[in-house]
Amino acid sequence: MAKELIKGNEAVIKGALLAGCDAYFGYPITPASEIAHAAAKYFPLAGKVFLQAESEIAAIQMCYGAAGGGVRVMTASSGPGISLKMEGISYSAGSELPIVIVDVMRGGPGLGNIAPSQADYNQIVKGGGHGNYKLLVLAPNSAQEMCDLTMLAFELADKYRNPTVVLTDGFNGQMMEPVEFPEPVKKKPDKTDWAAMGDAKTRKNLINSIYLDPEEMEEHNVHLQEKYKKMEQNEVRYEDYKLDGAEIIGIAYGTTSRVMYTAVDEARKKGINAGMLRPITLFPFPKVKIRELAESSKVKAFLVSEMSNGQMVDDVRLAVEGKKPVNFFGRMGGVVPTVSELLEQFEKAAK
Amino acid sequence: MAQLKDVLKKPSSFYDEFLRKPDNYQQDTHYCPGCGHGILHKLIAEAIEDFGIKDRTIMISPVGCSVFVYYYFDTGNFQVAHGRAPAVATGIKRTHPDAIVISYQGDGDLAAIGGNNILQAANRGENITVFFVNNAIYGMTGGQMAPTTLLGQKTMTSPYGRKATWEGYPMKVSELLSTLEAPAYVERIALTNGKNLMKARKAVRKAIQAQIDGKGFSLVETLSMCPSAWRMTPVDAKKWVEEAMMKTFPLGVYKDVLDEREVGSWHRALETVPIEKYHEILGLAHEGMEVEGDVESVPKIFRNPKVLIAGFGGQGILLLGQTLAETGMRHGWNSTWIPSYGPEMRGGTANCHVKISSDPIGSPVVSEPNILIAMNKPSLERFEKDLAPGGLLIYNTSMIDIKPTRTDIEILPLPATEMADEIGSLRVANMVIIGAVLEKTKILQKDVVLDSLNAVVKHKKFIPMNSDAINKGMEYARNYKG
Ligand SMILES: Cc1ncc(C[n+]2csc(CCOP(=O)(O)OP(=O)(O)O)c2C)c(N)n1
Ligand code: SF4
Repeated sequence: MAKELIKGNEAVIKGALLAGCDAYFGYPITPASEIAHAAAKYFPLAGKVFLQAESEIAAIQMCYGAAGGGVRVMTASSGPGISLKMEGISYSAGSELPIVIVDVMRGGPGLGNIAPSQADYNQIVKGGGHGNYKLLVLAPNSAQEMCDLTMLAFELADKYRNPTVVLTDGFNGQMMEPVEFPEPVKKKPDKTDWAAMGDAKTRKNLINSIYLDPEEMEEHNVHLQEKYKKMEQNEVRYEDYKLDGAEIIGIAYGTTSRVMYTAVDEARKKGINAGMLRPITLFPFPKVKIRELAESSKVKAFLVSEMSNGQMVDDVRLAVEGKKPVNFFGRMGGVVPTVSELLEQFEKAAK
Repeated sequence: MAQLKDVLKKPSSFYDEFLRKPDNYQQDTHYCPGCGHGILHKLIAEAIEDFGIKDRTIMISPVGCSVFVYYYFDTGNFQVAHGRAPAVATGIKRTHPDAIVISYQGDGDLAAIGGNNILQAANRGENITVFFVNNAIYGMTGGQMAPTTLLGQKTMTSPYGRKATWEGYPMKVSELLSTLEAPAYVERIALTNGKNLMKARKAVRKAIQAQIDGKGFSLVETLSMCPSAWRMTPVDAKKWVEEAMMKTFPLGVYKDVLDEREVGSWHRALETVPIEKYHEILGLAHEGMEVEGDVESVPKIFRNPKVLIAGFGGQGILLLGQTLAETGMRHGWNSTWIPSYGPEMRGGTANCHVKISSDPIGSPVVSEPNILIAMNKPSLERFEKDLAPGGLLIYNTSMIDIKPTRTDIEILPLPATEMADEIGSLRVANMVIIGAVLEKTKILQKDVVLDSLNAVVKHKKFIPMNSDAINKGMEYARNYKG
């Protein structure tokens, strides 16, 4: 099959349909709108539901309904809309509903701007909604991964009965690249043991996040924490870019990692032994691998770059446990770090 | 504790025992004595039983005193966020059109925090049934003011009585929703006496039947007693509904177009499309022309082109870039295209960055282009300095009356807009440019470019003109003696 030159945002929707997504509910916002446009175009052709909701608050709740009914469902938005979805995200985590949420990050806080950003890492990875919950978080860095990780998101969401976020940015959403689309997923998991589908078999099922009795609520929380532990054991994904024997370890995800590939290559041309670890899952975070690197005698320092004030870097520092210096370089407000800026940082770290 | 079984016989759509209830009173509901919720539950349960739809029914429990609707109904159950039941109902119903979806909501839930959700669901004509319990107060949280609280009514948050000029007037939900076109049936009922109960029973059944028949949105507003938060006896509470509430909220049918609607007219059935068709639907089935790119014959500087294209919006800047990226891909190479987007475009300028490379592409950003295409004067002024030494500058002399200043680059002045005009449309100026790029860099093959246009260009009628333009651009570049 031929490759298609396609925007990341559109690749999300083609991937979603190939993953067997049954419904899309969303509200327009730049730079995520192409996702809604593509869903509006393709979902009806495939006999699937596309509906523009009255708000992001409603969109995620529509997802709650559809997911609780056992179908594959998704929504997409950006900063201001994701903030509104936090209510529904917490409820979905509590009710253990597999919903795929795409967050195409833009500059903030507030209305901010529509340029690419990574400033919502804490909101998505650390919480944002109320309660002791975790989301599975996948971070694509190419149009191909916008498709592939969206498809994976549906699998993981179902596997763990957990809301799953594809966390990306305006650049990755707007960029066109060749994508090779896979064959459609043929088999979807049976959910009749928990979903309420409006039939005799599932009549006994209840979709619920309320546990009035604190002991029961704690039990449910313990169950959730155990599930998150399993994710940490089984689902860590990262890319190793020239890590073997590297002395300066760059760490970046999404668009920043694209800039960092080039910076690593340039640094190597200058005789700096640089490499990069690119987290593909932000939760679970590749902390074991990072600790291993921190403990290696070869590694001298880490360089974390983000389009933020430094959010993921906290997780890196927790994993490094002070064993090696962790430098940070960030740009904010929609500014993308340049290759020469990162190169300079590699040089600084190598000194 | 009021025992439902004492009031009326228990329908089979209620559980025999309320096992989800975490106390020792699993025969009784959790509602206060004299509360209206239990009576309305009973009417709904009876209708579900009589219509034989227990298996198909999904009840939605809101946030409010009726948060535990799922303790009682032997149906599929959802417990949902405060006010969001109509949105959740939409998600369930749209993906399970044959389920009978019942949203049960209080007045804080429906009219305050969920005001927009109910309004929009009603306006979309969701084929669902909504039971709206108006007790003029927030019961669960201890008697605060609701949107439906009467003027002068004292609550915990209106201790001196609700005042129109401070908190506004009681919200008349049935009246409001009946102004919309989509709803099929809206009625206000009360549960105070035998006569009203008979009417209520009829309304409950009608609202559920409407959904079974696929006739669209229906809502039944119930004036309901809340003796606890009102601080009244059950008897006085009924009296207060009749004497005070009904004055502000008159009973009756506010909308009923059921007879005008065909059975099934608002049933949104889903079509089954075999997945074997997906690639075709997604436009992935096409096979474009592909070749194996050969960089050996390409001048070294252009082997990994980093192209910056800039001009006015409407000059086909983005399309020009996409065509190059698409063609690069069809030579078996990696390629990226990234636009400037948003306000910058609206300001009248557009630019895009294209990279084509036999190696994986890191950053898609072109900060030091080796090919710069300037379609207007501001673009030349802004980007000329960024061009790599030895790089190629193509600029549109039809729109640019200044000259480049660099001497360490290759320059091709090209009257692209005038040439396009001669060919027949200003829109093909970008194709003239592509022709010049092909001729100068030799990296892309012309027949692949032409084939790529089939994938990239939306208006197919321009394709013959495009090919003409590409030829003219190539010719011009070939004959240009700088
Ligand atoms: C987002 C949010 N805000 C506030 C609450 C607290 N709360 C629970 S029930 C309720 C009022 C419910 O009143 P109503 O809908 O009138 O139902 P009733 O209890 O009278 O039946 C409120 C404000 C909540 N659960 N969630
Ligand atoms: S507080 Fe009011 S609405 Fe709630 S159960 Fe008691 S009487 Fe019913």
